[in-house]
Amino acid sequence: MKLVAEGLVLTRGSRVLVSGLSFAADAGCALLVTGPNGVGKTTLLRALAGLFQATAGTIRLEGAADERSVADESHYFGHLNAVKSSLTVEENAAFWCRYLGGRREQVTTALETFGLMALRDIPAGYLSAGQKRRLGLARMLVAERSIWLLDEPATSLDVASQAVLAAAANTHLAGGGLVIAATHAPLGLTPARELALAGSGARAA
Amino acid sequence: MSAFGELLKRDVLITWREGGAVGTALGFYVMVITLLPLGIGPDLNLLQRIAPGLLWVALLLAALLSLGRLFEIDLEDGSLDVLVASSLPLEAVAVAKCLAHWLSTAVPLALLAPVLGLLLNLPLDAYGPLVLSMLIGTPAVSFIGGIGAALTLRARRGGVLLALLMLPLFVPTLIFGIETVSSAIVDSGAFGPSILILSAISLASVVLAPVAIAAALRLQVQ
Repeated sequence: MKLVAEGLVLTRGSRVLVSGLSFAADAGCALLVTGPNGVGKTTLLRALAGLFQATAGTIRLEGAADERSVADESHYFGHLNAVKSSLTVEENAAFWCRYLGGRREQVTTALETFGLMALRDIPAGYLSAGQKRRLGLARMLVAERSIWLLDEPATSLDVASQAVLAAAANTHLAGGGLVIAATHAPLGLTPARELALAGSGARAA
Repeated sequence: MSAFGELLKRDVLITWREGGAVGTALGFYVMVITLLPLGIGPDLNLLQRIAPGLLWVALLLAALLSLGRLFEIDLEDGSLDVLVASSLPLEAVAVAKCLAHWLSTAVPLALLAPVLGLLLNLPLDAYGPLVLSMLIGTPAVSFIGGIGAALTLRARRGGVLLALLMLPLFVPTLIFGIETVSSAIVDSGAFGPSILILSAISLASVVLAPVAIAAALRLQVQ
């Protein structure tokens, strides 16, 4: 499977963030989107997730089953965790599992992976920023999607949790998945390629 | 369809657990209807004549109070992005959210109305039509209000803006809702037609509003 973007133009108001960007991301290899603040990394990920309408260009998935779009096949993990304070840790994970069409046992696996089993009956509002982030990341594991779109996933994670995230993402890559991450920190994803955005032009490295 | 049910269940559960929105709406409703007779005076005939209008207008304003938060809670924590990007059509997401608002806020308000009717000397014959008209009419309030909630999503403190934008659209619901109750009091024969038109307004808004809400939400997440 392969994600192909061709001639992508992304504009915010009258400002052109990305013009004529073409790249391909192959399954099994992470694509790290890098670049200075405000260069359009988040906008690019949102465009891939189907949340942002690109001014021009196409995004398609090659080799996916029955013409599924990139948005249908992807998990989008943005700056916010999509965690409800008044639901418990387990209820949060279980809701996304059922909503996104995952299997029941994946909730336990996801919570175990991110070390949240001991906290599962606590309302998510009581969690620390890092724990909430981990609960947000657990959504990637509660339902299967072949593409992970991660926007600064390591924010507020401690070193151990960053390693857990890297391990989970690497497992996903090894299983033929696709990871596209906007990041400033090296996430420890292997193998990985870099897509450096710079001003309104971008070059693939 | 299970994703739809899950979202509906989650929203009702969250509203129930947090309690703030429903509490504010019910509290507002009780306060307005308790204070009005004190302000108007103990003229029982007058109170009876204006009771349907007061009960309906106060219910509408109470429901509007809670509508501002409808999509805001999902925007604040990032859930909205996941809901928009998921494979459930955004129109279905809108229906689930508005339906959850109707179940968790509008239905309790409608059930509270007859209790408050006592304070306004509402005649016994009118209690049935009152609850019926509110249960039939409030889906229109939740769904049309949903359009306003989606449009004013990124406007900070957009509650008043929401009310101003949507108030004209609530007028038909209000007129026929009040007429349904009034006709039961004075027996003007308008009960049948009023309740049918009220049902039509509700059904139309349940069908049409989600399309507008989905379009507004797509713009809001850009």
